[in-house]
Amino acid sequence: MKIKSQRDFWSGLLFVTVGIVFAWGATNYNFGSSARPGPGFFPFGLGLLMAILGALVLFKSLAIETEGGDPIGPFAWKPLITILASVVVFGFALPRLGMVMALPLLIIIASLAGDEFGWKGVLVSCVVLTLGSWAIFILGLKLALPMWPVFMTGG
Amino acid sequence: MDLLHNLGLGFQVAFTFQNLAYAFFGAMLGTLIGVLPGLGPVATIAMLLPSIYSLDATPALIMLAGIYYGAQYGGSTTAILINVPGESSSVVTAIDGYQMARQGRAGAALSVAALGSFFAGCVGTIIIAAFAPPLTELAFKFGPAEYFSLMVLGLIGAVVLASGSLIKAICMIILGLLLGQINTDVISGVPRFSFDIPELTDGIGFVGIAMGVFGFGEIISNLGRPEEHREVFTKDVKGLWPTMQDFHEAWPSVLRGTALGSILGVLPGGGALLASFASYTVEKKLTRNPRIPFGKGAIQGVAGPESANNAGAQTSFIPMLTLGIPPNAVMALMVGAMTIKGIQPGPQVMTSNPELFWGLIASMWVGNLMLVVLNLPLIGMWIKLLTVPYRYLFPAIMVFCCIGLYTLNNSNFDVYIAALCGLAGYTFYKLGCEPAPLLLGYILGPMMEESLRRALLLSRGDWSTFVTRPLSAGLLAAAALMIVAVTLPTIRSKREVAFQEE
Repeated sequence: MKIKSQRDFWSGLLFVTVGIVFAWGATNYNFGSSARPGPGFFPFGLGLLMAILGALVLFKSLAIETEGGDPIGPFAWKPLITILASVVVFGFALPRLGMVMALPLLIIIASLAGDEFGWKGVLVSCVVLTLGSWAIFILGLKLALPMWPVFMTGG
Repeated sequence: MDLLHNLGLGFQVAFTFQNLAYAFFGAMLGTLIGVLPGLGPVATIAMLLPSIYSLDATPALIMLAGIYYGAQYGGSTTAILINVPGESSSVVTAIDGYQMARQGRAGAALSVAALGSFFAGCVGTIIIAAFAPPLTELAFKFGPAEYFSLMVLGLIGAVVLASGSLIKAICMIILGLLLGQINTDVISGVPRFSFDIPELTDGIGFVGIAMGVFGFGEIISNLGRPEEHREVFTKDVKGLWPTMQDFHEAWPSVLRGTALGSILGVLPGGGALLASFASYTVEKKLTRNPRIPFGKGAIQGVAGPESANNAGAQTSFIPMLTLGIPPNAVMALMVGAMTIKGIQPGPQVMTSNPELFWGLIASMWVGNLMLVVLNLPLIGMWIKLLTVPYRYLFPAIMVFCCIGLYTLNNSNFDVYIAALCGLAGYTFYKLGCEPAPLLLGYILGPMMEESLRRALLLSRGDWSTFVTRPLSAGLLAAAALMIVAVTLPTIRSKREVAFQEE
């Protein structure tokens, strides 16, 4: 069988899978009855509905001709991984190293995702954004954000 | 003449120097915090709630109301400028507003949003004053079956406004509804799909999903394109002001949005949100031959929903003021503020504290005026932000998003969730699935489930309750009509033409 729309094929597969996973997960909870619906009632029905509709998308992707096969195109792995990594690193670093180190880490890693990386511009960004965030969030809004690394505050 | 007398009393209270100052201060604070992505009205009010301990009840509530409007408008600003809706009701504003910004018409979008909101705010204020009592009775007629049907209608409306395949859009809604199931079941108290992670028992935060899917997903897909195809902003900014033609196109949308918003705002459970989605759908249906198609920067797509959500925000005060029932999280905080001040919210407030009741209503109008006064001059500044090269802009957006995410619960859990949602957002983009319906499904999911289960409980498991109750049947019929309308061949071809690339 030939896939006639790549995008629809994979999204259909995604919907079917997620629908089944949710419906299957919902069987762990009490289903109840129509008159007394339990916690598993709604997610089970929804998961099933999504699996059916996903199957429909899947079927269409195999049956209906599209122009040029509707390809997904190459994944932009570099920005995808760098951007997400910068967010995760920030999340990990903030409670441990404080804003003064977590923000520059975020900015430097995120900037690597672009094509035009220049240390000068990035360092200026680091200084400006870190100072700005300190002024807005800690000085202005008095949010309880850690500014300094834990090892420096002794906390 | 009761109305005039009452409003007169209200304006007397609102126009004291002290109260004007608090309204201004609140609106300014709200705008400034609201433009930070992730900090919507709820977070803003919650953060500033302690500051009202030292104030009297009336100025305290006036200031909070100012913050509410300000933060809401600030949320629309980020939706238009960087495609990150600051709160749920500006999700639709982002669709056309962001496109307008990319075409150099951010100024027009922002001023139309401000003026439309102001107009809607004026009308909303009068409506509250005139119709608070009768409108409350209408809300009483809404049982769980009606709520469920209303939400079905809202979701179908969202599908009609998605631009790709209809089934895929419905699947995205259901995916959103399912994600909303990751929580603690309201009725039985059973944690669901939480994998024993304590943070998941409260559900995934709306902000995490919105920022991940829209904010991070957008940045990744932008960087993934070769530079010349990058969807960033044009350098030539076409004026800060809407043209005469813009005004001409926008005003009917503003009127319709205001009307819709005023009605839907009264309904508990995200009135402003439903109003903005409904308005977008209506605009798309009623605007014949738009100069710029919807989804590509149509001014009607900004004017209608923005007016609707402001009118809705306004009239959502009605159930709170008259019944003491908060229709949304912001109003729940307002009720909290009233109790801090020793006022028991409920029908008696109107008679026992008339200065507070009418003063608050009058100051809503004042708050809206402050917003226009404050924001029209700021538009130039917001637009300057867009001329910053993208390689400096995107790390800055990420800094604000990440800090916003962390401060939601003071934990890095939401930051990780957003990273995961960024991955999902990019996948959706690659697969040609619209993320906006997902978000709406996610927000309405828990409410929808509760209404469905309540309705079934009340009818003892009889599903026909949804079609035998006239209001509910009417709403479902409207939803069915919409589906028929979009699947009919003639309209379908028009819909596809409307979504044609370029």
